[in-house]
Amino acid sequence: MTGAVDITLLVNGKTYTGRAEPRVTLADFLRDELRLTGTHLGCEHGACGACTVLMDGRTVRSCLLFAVQAQGHDLATVEGLAPAGGAEGLHPLQEAFHRMHALQCGFCTPGFLMSAYELLQSNPRPTEEEVRTWLSGNLCRCTGYQNIVEAVLAAAAEPEPEAHQ
Amino acid sequence: MKPAPFSYFAPRSLHEAVGLLVEHGDAAKVLAGGQSLVPMMAFRLAMPDVLVDLGGVGELEHSRVEGDTLVLGAMTRHRAVQDMGWLRTRCPLIVEGVELIGHPAIRNRGTVGGSLAHADPAAEWPAILLALDGEVDAVGPNGNRTIRAADLFQTYFTTALAPDEILTEVRLPLPDGAPTGSAFVEMARRHGDFAVAGVGTQISLHPNGTIVDARLALIGVADRPVRAGSAEAALRGHRPTEEVFAEAASVAIGEIEPSSDLHGSSDYRRHVAGVLVRRALTIAARRAAAA
Repeated sequence: MTGAVDITLLVNGKTYTGRAEPRVTLADFLRDELRLTGTHLGCEHGACGACTVLMDGRTVRSCLLFAVQAQGHDLATVEGLAPAGGAEGLHPLQEAFHRMHALQCGFCTPGFLMSAYELLQSNPRPTEEEVRTWLSGNLCRCTGYQNIVEAVLAAAAEPEPEAHQ
Repeated sequence: MKPAPFSYFAPRSLHEAVGLLVEHGDAAKVLAGGQSLVPMMAFRLAMPDVLVDLGGVGELEHSRVEGDTLVLGAMTRHRAVQDMGWLRTRCPLIVEGVELIGHPAIRNRGTVGGSLAHADPAAEWPAILLALDGEVDAVGPNGNRTIRAADLFQTYFTTALAPDEILTEVRLPLPDGAPTGSAFVEMARRHGDFAVAGVGTQISLHPNGTIVDARLALIGVADRPVRAGSAEAALRGHRPTEEVFAEAASVAIGEIEPSSDLHGSSDYRRHVAGVLVRRALTIAARRAAAA
């Protein structure tokens, strides 16, 4: 049973099937098997938060979860954040990141977006301190955190986002 | 993908899970929330041939209050405990400790039972269990047994659990009767990092204002979480004053054996532990007085 097995996942409302060994992480499966490369991989041991996705509405590190474990759960990645697959523009969080220069190289951005999304779902009007504490599990190595925090606060100040989930 | 190859099993019942552990012996590891085991596999510090995933064992996910005891199934996620709003006032030690575990995404996955069985000497759950004189149940091929907190932790990442046993349930006695206050404080380099040192405490007051019961559990300062029994004895019968807390802190730092690493020397950890003992006691005493 160390060999490849069939894995069926529900990602952004769509059912995908692929094959992978049990040791393949959800992050690698999303990227390499399903070609959903929006989810990025930084440290691959749960420290940087770049690979953060939602499972049943809550953030998880997709490098700390094997793809086989995610079967039967409802997954959401950064590709599912913008309504209608982006055809109707960006999600308010993405819009705010763009407007406030909350990304430079963009590598950490998908993880920050998914973490911030979970925060605003449970706490739609967070304080700056709450945003900083919440995002402490996501590392950025080039933009700096100031604009990221400001972008999340700006998105929170907007009318209720029509989020896809 | 960094982990070495393994065979994956997802049992649907405890009985089935124990059967797999018996069958595969030392080659098997139990996978709970995976927030410690999977990083260790990524570094190949752990290379189990077999993973037994408890994610589908629904009987481990219960949580309830029985009398004055909080009962948590081993697969209860940290986040679920954090979300128990009533617990924040009833026993802040638990919620404050849980909130110091990693980051939101870690707490969404990590489990109470997994943290206790992993037994990292800097982890919060072992200190919570120790401070509250809790106990855990484990099931193995020979049936159930109960292990008291004081008997569970042996040394670094080592518990009294046998390789073919699974921790199933955690029971935490909640304060009742006498006015009681508790707190969990720690010092880490960055929010969510492993603690340089940490202290969970609970103190109860006699109607005359003296301390009748004191618990001090320290983390990050030895090969396992430590109850500072002599410091607790130094508190009993005294009024909760700054001087008494300072004396308890100086006794407590004589009961620990911190090691040195890149986050802090042994002396530094000892100093930090003393400061945290005083801080935790001060907060707990204030809460006890207001209870």
